[in-house]
Amino acid sequence: MIDEPTRRLDEGALRALVPRVLAGLIRRGEDFDAAEDALQEALLEALRVWPEHPPRDPAAWLATVATRRLVDARRSEAARHRREEATHAEPQPGATEEGDDTLFLLFCCCHPDLSPASQVALTLRAVGGLTTQEIADAFYVPEATMAQRISRAKRALRGRRLDQPGDLAVVLRVLYLIYTAGHAGRVDLAREAIRLARQLTLATEEPEARGLLALMLLNHARLPARFDSEGRIVTLDRQDHGLWDTREIAEGVRVLQSALSVQCPGRYQIEAAIAALHDDAASAEETDWPQILAWYDDLVALTDDPVRQDPAAVLGRAVAVGHVRGPAAGLRETDRLREVLGDRHRWHAVRGHLHELDGDLPAAATAYADAARRATDVAERDHLVRQAARARAVDTRRSNT
Amino acid sequence: MPKYLLLKHYRGGPEPHHPYPPMDQWAPEDVEAHMAFQHHVSELLEENGEYVDAQALTPTRSWVRYGGPDAAPVTTDGPHPETSDLVAGWWMIDVDSHERAVELAAYVSSEPGPGGEPLCEWIDVREVMWERPQTTEAA
Repeated sequence: MIDEPTRRLDEGALRALVPRVLAGLIRRGEDFDAAEDALQEALLEALRVWPEHPPRDPAAWLATVATRRLVDARRSEAARHRREEATHAEPQPGATEEGDDTLFLLFCCCHPDLSPASQVALTLRAVGGLTTQEIADAFYVPEATMAQRISRAKRALRGRRLDQPGDLAVVLRVLYLIYTAGHAGRVDLAREAIRLARQLTLATEEPEARGLLALMLLNHARLPARFDSEGRIVTLDRQDHGLWDTREIAEGVRVLQSALSVQCPGRYQIEAAIAALHDDAASAEETDWPQILAWYDDLVALTDDPVRQDPAAVLGRAVAVGHVRGPAAGLRETDRLREVLGDRHRWHAVRGHLHELDGDLPAAATAYADAARRATDVAERDHLVRQAARARAVDTRRSNT
Repeated sequence: MPKYLLLKHYRGGPEPHHPYPPMDQWAPEDVEAHMAFQHHVSELLEENGEYVDAQALTPTRSWVRYGGPDAAPVTTDGPHPETSDLVAGWWMIDVDSHERAVELAAYVSSEPGPGGEPLCEWIDVREVMWERPQTTEAA
């Protein structure tokens, strides 16, 4: 645990150094696993020492201390095995580009051989510089479980060649997973994902990386309006736009425009464009649904068989169809998804919304209740129960008059 | 201090004290009151220093058993008799006594239902067994 006085140290700045230092160690030929452990120890040491004795070059300080740990570890291992003592020169921190290091490390942590849960945990630790305890808290698992997950992931990377370019699509997916995991405890994972995505955009020209950053920013901007003071979900059409973070929206739009100018749209850019149109509407009634539908058309066109390969996009498009061509047309679109999504709460929730738009309140109430039974999130379940009760109450009032 | 689970059920347990429809058929204000009460219980337990954990379960259930060597697990998703127990969620509490656990369970059961009347839902009170080093000889 980090105690209060050392908190005065700028932890954000400290954690921003992690990728550079770690990448330097690995590039020099250190084992990923050992280097990451050594750096964690160096970080703890920094938190202890720096408030009193701030270093002149923090990155070089961390590299030196981590290297000393690596040498110590190697020495004790050597002694244990009565092997020849290994000696290592003190590091000469290379003047590598910070962006390259981030990208290199993200490729290591998002290695395709690792499970998504491991990729997420390793990325948060090795690139984000979070402690195991912090990551464990964020995912509501015991620290020992998370420690084990991380060390197994690092073991799996042992002996893998880590010098080839990795799969950027996997990195983007991992960052988006971190974003959607939300926030709990002291660590706000959504913010952390945005920070990492921002670092990634400095490292690659790939427009999809900027698309992802824009998507996160444009959604995150609405977060303060998404729940009321009692923790109840507030749907987009009822949100107080005054609570939206205009600075984040402005940054998101700017990042999105720079990505779109490359003329190579991918799914994150398209989803960000849709989010931007929602952010842009002065009120729910002024939402530019035809434009949103046009983007959804592009989104479903990215896959050969969208119903199976990207049902979420088809479902989102059905809502847009409902607003542009009428609820009945929207409901017909959802019919195509019955086989694939018929057991998911979101499918029933969308149908509830479309039935309500159509004025068919009994059908809406039934669909919302079906959705509530399938929800896996307490806030969403409660919201859907309320929607069902509200639709029924309005219907009763209507038939009584 | 002993720990207890206060279990809520989707179905099962003794004959309901009085029948009530599913919550999505209640008046919206009754739904609000009911949900607010659930939050209030968690807050109260935390304030008292009695709170350990609270979780809710989805109503979907699969029974699974070993299918034998080289065979897939055997599963069944139902249908199950409507009388079979189905746990909906729980509070885990750490309290001074069984009496206190019963008192809290009764309070949970006083949650408002349709018309704001107490729901009188049956709460299943289960003591959690200890797992601790034996510091004294068993009698």
